[in-house]
Amino acid sequence: MNLTRTSEKLQILADAAKYDVSCASSGGNRKNDNKGLGDSKANGICHSFTEDGRCVSLLKILLTNHCIYDCAFCVSRKSNDVQRAAFTVEEVVDLTINFYRRNYIEGLFLSSGIFKNADYTMERLLRIVKKLRTEERFNGYIHLKTIPGASEELIQEAGLYADRMSINLEMPTEAGLKMVAPEKSHEDVKKPLHFVNQQIQIYKADTKLIKSTPKFVPAGQSTQMVVGATPESDMEVMYTADRFYKDYSLKRVYYSGYVPIREDDSLLPSIGSQPPLLRENRLYQTDWLLRFYRFRVDEILNEAHPNLETEIDPKLSWALRNLHEFPIDINTADYDMILRVPGIGVGSAQKIITARRFGKLRTYQLQKLGIAYNRAKYFIRCADTPFLSKDWQPTQIKNFILGNSHGKFQKAATQQLSLF
Amino acid sequence: METYVFDDTLEGLLTLVFDWYNRKPGAILVNSEKHYQPSAFNPAYVVSTDAEKATRVATGLQKKLTNAGWRNFYCTFLSELPEAFQHLFQFAVYVFSDVENPEDNYGNASVLYVTQTARKVEREKHHQEAFIRFQQTHDGMYYAPVEPKYNVLPLIAKHFKDRYADQPWIIYDHQRRFGLYYDLRNLEVITIDFQKNNSDNLPAPISEETNEEMYQLLWKDYFKSTNIESRRNIKLQVRSMPRRFWRYLTEKQIY
Repeated sequence: MNLTRTSEKLQILADAAKYDVSCASSGGNRKNDNKGLGDSKANGICHSFTEDGRCVSLLKILLTNHCIYDCAFCVSRKSNDVQRAAFTVEEVVDLTINFYRRNYIEGLFLSSGIFKNADYTMERLLRIVKKLRTEERFNGYIHLKTIPGASEELIQEAGLYADRMSINLEMPTEAGLKMVAPEKSHEDVKKPLHFVNQQIQIYKADTKLIKSTPKFVPAGQSTQMVVGATPESDMEVMYTADRFYKDYSLKRVYYSGYVPIREDDSLLPSIGSQPPLLRENRLYQTDWLLRFYRFRVDEILNEAHPNLETEIDPKLSWALRNLHEFPIDINTADYDMILRVPGIGVGSAQKIITARRFGKLRTYQLQKLGIAYNRAKYFIRCADTPFLSKDWQPTQIKNFILGNSHGKFQKAATQQLSLF
Repeated sequence: METYVFDDTLEGLLTLVFDWYNRKPGAILVNSEKHYQPSAFNPAYVVSTDAEKATRVATGLQKKLTNAGWRNFYCTFLSELPEAFQHLFQFAVYVFSDVENPEDNYGNASVLYVTQTARKVEREKHHQEAFIRFQQTHDGMYYAPVEPKYNVLPLIAKHFKDRYADQPWIIYDHQRRFGLYYDLRNLEVITIDFQKNNSDNLPAPISEETNEEMYQLLWKDYFKSTNIESRRNIKLQVRSMPRRFWRYLTEKQIY
């Protein structure tokens, strides 16, 4: 391998791939039973963290950044003047294996610009993962992009080697997508998502009958939306995410704050404008509430509240809008309701449920369990809470909590004074 | 109050529990030899480690605890924190006191301590699994120096054995002066004498043949290019990857 040439390619193609935020290496369960290389952990491992604070778990590269499409939000768009490069199959395999052997990475995230046509690209991707699995006996994690429009036979075969497959929705709504990428549509994404999901279900059903059924995309599918490029509300973003979680049993939806990449663009935010990091953070918090805290999306976002509050997180915001549900008694309330208390997470909620079987929980015990007591205290009662306490107004509680906390985004969010 | 002193081994601690039930001295202080300071007012009892007694206590604990509960006990022991031993002793006594599911009573201070300390140790184990960096030496061996906060080498052994089944490797704990060596078949505990300048004892230097330097350079290139400058957030980086790990991280070396 020629160091300078490979190094140059690696820089170009890693740079082009970095805007895809997905980096999860979880959900894989490939065991090293052939005395080969690698063994996937169900919970995934982040092997490093870059200066932007994002984790590096997979070697995330494009096979090539040559592309026939001209999507306005993408660095590799046809009309963009950037250096182009392409890896050979051997180079990708060699880099993956040698990085993995040194414990740098958990596996490979392989994507690609579309060159010639969808089938041609998909076939190249397939060739790489096949070589890794069969010739190199590699059992690490592989995340592969499904190329929309590729034939079902190719996708089917790739699914036998990959742990996760994904297709990006790009923009939260069809209208938004049409604005920046007229050649693409959500329908093109839905078809392969549906196909892979169907296959996963079939293989799963077979595994129950025949134990030796091969694995098919064991870590499921994911997708990504760019936020902040087109003018969708948080409600539209989350409703789309919710629908895709339900319709295609996706494992993850990623939200990627738009990072401006071009000067001369009338459609999109220009270079130098800050990526919407706070908004992205709030969207992820909402996503977590849907997946782990048993919230319904319309409880958090609806016609009356189409956007998430920036000052406070969505869980606190929901609690303040629904103060009539609180305070709850920690010693009697059911699990679902304890989960909804701001300041109590999934782990603490489960601890509370097991610990209270041994006796009534008191304040000092709760504080030790590791809940954010200063936040939760407005919404709960323990065995030793005084019987009478003052009824605070939502705005008062909000001010108490904000006054006590130092949010990481505090500089960005300037607080609007309330008149009353 | 008597002070019970044991010899820093798990068997020693388990024997201590056995002896306490045997001698019935009431409340005691538990101390390990490493941390023990003789005191004028507390008489000391030095536990002499006995494998048979230790096994009996271990089986007893395993019977009363779930697998996770026993692992928590073991992990807390590996933390090597001075106050951990007192809690482990009290935890053991509480487990033997015939309550149902003793490990779930987080209202009990020692139960909570054991759960929380075990979590810290498991987190350190996970960090080591993530941040260990191998370098291929001249003779094909993959070598990784580490300095974990807690003694997690016994915990990570299986992970690396499963993962790197087709390459020989050494993970060496430079603080506790012992390491793990995998020779494609078995896993051994080894010690290397770095003081003695005996070349067949030391790990071989890296060389051109194995391309080690090239892959290190490529990895650094990748690490730099995958960063998004406009999202710069060093605080988050340091929180997720504390600076004490940087010393051995390939991508954080300047040369």
